[in-house]
Amino acid sequence: MIEPGVTVELGSARTSRQLRDGFAQNVPLTLALTILAALSALYIGLFHGQLHTYPGVFEWTSIVNTAMPTVLVAVGQSIVVVTRGIDLSLGGIIDVSNSLAAVHMHSSLGSMAVWSGIVLLFGMLCGTVNGLLVAYARLQPILVTLATLAILQGLAIKILPKPGGSIPEGYSNALANPGGPWSIFYVVAIAGLWLVLRRTATGFRIFALGNDEYAARAHGIQVRRVKTIAYALAGTLAAASGLFLAATTTGGDAAAGDVYVLTSIAAVVLGGVSFFGGRGSALGSIAGAFTLTILTNVLFFAGIDSLYQSFFQGLFLFVAVLLGSFLGYLLRRRR
Amino acid sequence: MNETRLAIEAIDVARSFGGVRALTAGNLAARFGEVHGLVGENGAGKSTLIKILGGVIKPDSGVVQFDSEDVTDSIATAARAHRVGMVFQELTLFPWMTVAENLFAERAPRGASRLIQRRKLVTLAEEVLERYDVRGIDPRALAGSLPLAQRQIVEITGAFMREPRIIFLDEPTSALAENDVAWLFGLVRKLRDAGAAILFTSHRWNEVASLADRITILRNGEHVATRERFDEDEAVTLMTGRTIDRMSPDKPAPAGDAEVVLEAEELRDDVLDGVSFKLRRGEILGVGGLAGQGQGELFMSLFGARRTSRGQISVRGRRARLRKPADAIRKGLAIALVPEDRKTEGLMLPMSVRANLTLAVLEQVARGGVIRPWREKATVAKAVERLQIKTRDAALQPVGTLSGGNQQKVLIGRWLLTQPDVLLLFDITRGVDVGTKHDIYQLVVELAQEGKALLYYSSETEEIAQLCNRVLVMREGRVVAELDRTADAESIVAASVSVVPRA
Repeated sequence: MIEPGVTVELGSARTSRQLRDGFAQNVPLTLALTILAALSALYIGLFHGQLHTYPGVFEWTSIVNTAMPTVLVAVGQSIVVVTRGIDLSLGGIIDVSNSLAAVHMHSSLGSMAVWSGIVLLFGMLCGTVNGLLVAYARLQPILVTLATLAILQGLAIKILPKPGGSIPEGYSNALANPGGPWSIFYVVAIAGLWLVLRRTATGFRIFALGNDEYAARAHGIQVRRVKTIAYALAGTLAAASGLFLAATTTGGDAAAGDVYVLTSIAAVVLGGVSFFGGRGSALGSIAGAFTLTILTNVLFFAGIDSLYQSFFQGLFLFVAVLLGSFLGYLLRRRR
Repeated sequence: MNETRLAIEAIDVARSFGGVRALTAGNLAARFGEVHGLVGENGAGKSTLIKILGGVIKPDSGVVQFDSEDVTDSIATAARAHRVGMVFQELTLFPWMTVAENLFAERAPRGASRLIQRRKLVTLAEEVLERYDVRGIDPRALAGSLPLAQRQIVEITGAFMREPRIIFLDEPTSALAENDVAWLFGLVRKLRDAGAAILFTSHRWNEVASLADRITILRNGEHVATRERFDEDEAVTLMTGRTIDRMSPDKPAPAGDAEVVLEAEELRDDVLDGVSFKLRRGEILGVGGLAGQGQGELFMSLFGARRTSRGQISVRGRRARLRKPADAIRKGLAIALVPEDRKTEGLMLPMSVRANLTLAVLEQVARGGVIRPWREKATVAKAVERLQIKTRDAALQPVGTLSGGNQQKVLIGRWLLTQPDVLLLFDITRGVDVGTKHDIYQLVVELAQEGKALLYYSSETEEIAQLCNRVLVMREGRVVAELDRTADAESIVAASVSVVPRA
């Protein structure tokens, strides 16, 4: 007679497979952090080679403050990508947020608080509209957000036709203090929020529907609602990114956010968040955002003409992605 | 007594899909404390009926009652209220989440802060797996990394741990090995004895006959009969509407000294552990054993779809290097493989029957890279005729809309068009109804008689016993026994388990 029970693999094979699975799960994140560390080392080396000193408070402050807007928008983009979507309009939200802040914010505490609130709500609203169109009207995320991106760009130009406006000094100092890399606090905070989100019901649902929408529905998850929430979160984070950008540049530019359409995606790619949905960590995307910022500095110290910067940025992205897929291939082959 | 109360009742439930009437008179009544078997050919409407009852799709007309309450208008909500559990053919697992997260999903333990408690989740999952006698699955493993059988076990455990009062099991055994089936039946009987109603479909008649207290037969979307017992011939007649005298045709004569067309010597890799065999013209060589003992890997290696690190494969006496499927096809090998996740590989579901059939032989029907439609049409017509593929219009009907059995025929038909010498048939009858199974057996025997060599794996041991001239029994990547044509299912199973496992 056959014994009832469940097929059992041999012990040793099983444990080693689990170890590999555990590792495979974290490979993209580990890789993202490794790339960041390697690039930082290269930066420090080049800096020392040219100036015979190490990067100091000024340099690190500049890196953190420059990276901050990318960090925020990349976390937002990660949330959407986990649902198997993509949000191009995040750049447009940054445009509008940046312009709104530059035009309307005054140096009173009340004005700063009110306009920060308005801008964040606006971002959430834009995200919600994207989410509703994607989840309920079942439109392709790339189409919806391409359209909303253009609309938001137009809106930003209307608000701030020419670069200018101003940001109160107190606001700049609070968000992007030029005197020290204090903004790293915000990076830690956003990373912490992400870890909390991962353990909330909403976070679980976002990942679940990215894994398999049919299964999510079968488990009673309200897929459309959760998807809308994901886009709303991303919109809010993009608005926050716009505020940080305004604080860093102490002014407004209706086109300042455009570059983040692609930077946010690049950071997510470097962070190893899967575009097939359902897996990846925004912590990787945060590392990716820093990597992109440091890369600019590295290219500068390597003496590369700023005209060719995007050429080398592209090359770098290419190599990083190849490296990731090669590692994945090695791991798969070993199974 | 409570036990005679009706748990589920379907009265004249009907449903069409785009003009195709899948279900016309779905009638069924299952009681609490009863295992109710639902059988019928593919396309008889079993899955449609069970999905309507589960609230996954809506009926066009008819009445559905749970516990004598009319719930027709809100079946999905009522299913939750009446604690209805479901295990359908489409698994509802999240591949990149752990087994523990999958088991609990929305019910994961949360602390005072409303955050999910990960460590407690793992402990609870361990307890659940232990309680349901599931061994060898780590709650921390990713669901997607498990073999299909284990994924199915996780899915089943997830449904049973919610202690449903009514449970629908649609083909729950199709992916399971025989010892796992025994495990599942144990759970089902326990749940029934606790007073629940179980509705259960399977293509394996033995399973239905041994497990079900009552059986309902559907044919062409209509209820045909409900009784406590049917004998097999009668059931088959009722299901197909025709008489099939024997399930499988006579085994062809053994090949004897016919030419060896395929020879494997000492195939070895991380799974295979020195597999050798010879396959002769006109022979049907069975590959048996418990599921997952390297049979799939063997087939993939022979087809060049897997790197075999050591060993030699010879085709018609000449050494062959099969490094990719294209090499194997050129040497006259063909594979019909129903992947573990049916419908994910092999066929392009949205494309027509015609496009799917001619995929591997486009150069035969094209000139200068342009497909010549009349030639393609003639080729396809022949294949459809030969395999008796039931299609409205081969040029237009998407393969995805055919019944499972007919999809399988298309898959086989595609490879037959390449005129192979060797056919590797891997579990081609899985999830196929009796009528189509009969057609496929017939075809397999005919192919052998034509002088083709066939390597045949099936998850149903009975089928291998009935069809094959010789049987290789595999265990842990090795051939542990070779049985001749007198082998019956029992001797194959005995050989599969009798070897002392390595420590």
